[in-house]
Amino acid sequence: MAMEAKEQVATATAGHTNGAALNGYHDSPSAKPVREPLVLGNKTIHQITEDICGVAEQKATPKFWAALLASMLVAGAGIGALTYTIAVGIGVWGLNNTIGWGWDITNFVFWVGIGHAGTLISAVLFLFRQKWRTAINRSAEAMTIFAVINAAVFVLTHTGRPWLDYWLLPYPNQMKMWVNFRSPLEWDVFAVSTYFTISLLFWFTGLVPDLASLRNRAKSKIAKAGYTIFSLGWTGSTRSWHHYEFAYMIFAGLSTPLVLSVHSIVSFDFAVSILPGWHTTIFPPYFVAGAIFSGFAMVLTLMLVAREILDLHDYITLKHIDNMNKIILATGMIVGYAYAMEFFIAWYSGNPYERFVFINRATGDYAWSYWMMMSCNVFSPQFFWNAKLRRNVWFTFGLSIVVNIGMWFERFTIISTSLHHGYLPSSWHYYTPTWVEITIFVGTFGLFMTFFLLFAKYLPIIALGEIKSIMPGAQPSHHHHDDHGEHGDYYQSGHYVDGADAVKKA
Amino acid sequence: MSTVAQGNVIAVMGDFKDPNKVTAAAKGIHEAGFTKFDIYTPYPVHGLEKAMGMPKTSLPKFALAGALFGLASAFALQWWTGAFEYKLNIGGKPLFAPQFGTPVFFELTVLCTGLTVFFTMFGYLCRLPNWHSKYQYDSGFQAATDDNFCVVLEADDPRFTTETAQALLAKFGAADVRIVHETLEHD
Repeated sequence: MAMEAKEQVATATAGHTNGAALNGYHDSPSAKPVREPLVLGNKTIHQITEDICGVAEQKATPKFWAALLASMLVAGAGIGALTYTIAVGIGVWGLNNTIGWGWDITNFVFWVGIGHAGTLISAVLFLFRQKWRTAINRSAEAMTIFAVINAAVFVLTHTGRPWLDYWLLPYPNQMKMWVNFRSPLEWDVFAVSTYFTISLLFWFTGLVPDLASLRNRAKSKIAKAGYTIFSLGWTGSTRSWHHYEFAYMIFAGLSTPLVLSVHSIVSFDFAVSILPGWHTTIFPPYFVAGAIFSGFAMVLTLMLVAREILDLHDYITLKHIDNMNKIILATGMIVGYAYAMEFFIAWYSGNPYERFVFINRATGDYAWSYWMMMSCNVFSPQFFWNAKLRRNVWFTFGLSIVVNIGMWFERFTIISTSLHHGYLPSSWHYYTPTWVEITIFVGTFGLFMTFFLLFAKYLPIIALGEIKSIMPGAQPSHHHHDDHGEHGDYYQSGHYVDGADAVKKA
Repeated sequence: MSTVAQGNVIAVMGDFKDPNKVTAAAKGIHEAGFTKFDIYTPYPVHGLEKAMGMPKTSLPKFALAGALFGLASAFALQWWTGAFEYKLNIGGKPLFAPQFGTPVFFELTVLCTGLTVFFTMFGYLCRLPNWHSKYQYDSGFQAATDDNFCVVLEADDPRFTTETAQALLAKFGAADVRIVHETLEHD
């Protein structure tokens, strides 16, 4: 039955004459594109459905199963180490009386930060009408959710008795006690849980119409049932799209300040304390910039791999990579500025404790970590001033990993240097992680990749509905005037070029 | 499609591929006085809802209500627990102050707005989940999640007759104008 339907649809599509008009920019050589096209290969709307749904519909390759198995093994090792920690206690970590936050909080901040690029791409770039985001927003949002899950792993186990973690929530209890809203740690509970919930709703809302596309094409009973349930019975009704589009905009409007608030509040965990090196007003913007910086690097790492394996070259183009590299360069400079400003203020404040912490940071026991951070985060992105390097896939891939390493070291440097030499020299100490902490951290990468591989295989990895809506000729031509974004794409449309306005523009 | 048994006429459908033509059709059908019609599209077509004569969405009102509820509950929660029910002196800090309350004010406002928007939009305004549509066996209707703009004139519209509906769709250049019957049994 379904087969028959598909054939019918296919013939219907072929029969329609303006399949060609949708990619009609070859028909009108007089209209030169102002900008590079967002999707290469002059695709029709139907081809986009075929390409993207095809990824989810093709049989999983041995390569996929091998990658999934490897990821699950790594995740399994992490879960093993996590179980050991919970069973024995966090004494199995390398923490000591002086250094109470080590890899646990470093990794928490690292993973939460990774998530920020996803929200930035899906929400902030949406509000700024950056249409290039459509090729990458779905997977970046998915990455956000998986990263926040990993962050939760650390923040929930570092409490020491994770089975009592519900004590973090304000609920009426027999002890007649309530949580302390004056603590930034409590703000963090609200910030991270809100962030996770809103990111999940935003992601799911975006998925619903695309799941409906998969549902209408699904052949196996299991796939059909799964896509049917989760697409909620979406039909593509304009009466629904109308509300849907508004909801999407509200979600983008909510997520934009939310993403800024989450890492600001994470930075309050440090800034509200009175420890030299932590107690600084620069922390919120500095943390947010760092989060976006590391998140974009992670998006690039994942997308470059997905682009190769799933053959998405026409959708994730060099233009996308170029744009993301520019954001990495810009946020890398902000982070570099923050590093410099911290040193300047330490000197300018005249506070001897503050000054000591920063001299110690660059020359003390953890200087190796500090210089690792500096070279990865400040020096290496400078290569991206070069347009050729920004468009070099292998170079970008390498540098995205370097940036992630650097951003991990940033969090480690901040946490360990301030703690290990505090106000009392008699308490000074050094911290090295144990195999348990290392295994948990490596394990979270396994978990992350497991989730990402499953997502890439079974869900539409590119936002179908959104990418279709930005194709040349996909929108009525009278609508060009209120579009200030990627004009070039509209001018490529067959309809538009035929119109009188095109003459004006040309 | 191999439908086993068919019942009454439920709609007349026509397909479009051109966003300009479908917008013109939407305008024409609306101007002809039809109210029970819908256009199924693979992505939101700009201005189509205006052409169909739809009123503005009521979603912002719900969103505002959700936001106010979130803000009020964050205020009540922090004040009642800290300054009323469980007064605990911590470093001489005030029992309640808007300064330290701000992060939770903000987070709960966003959380409640987001949840309200999500459930109102899908559950109330779009009437989802609804896992059955009476048109779901029509291949043109199915193709609306691929690349088809499927215009559906519903039979329970007071102005509906198969002839007027067919003529209207044909006038605006719809392809494959067809009468759709209720599917009673399906294999």
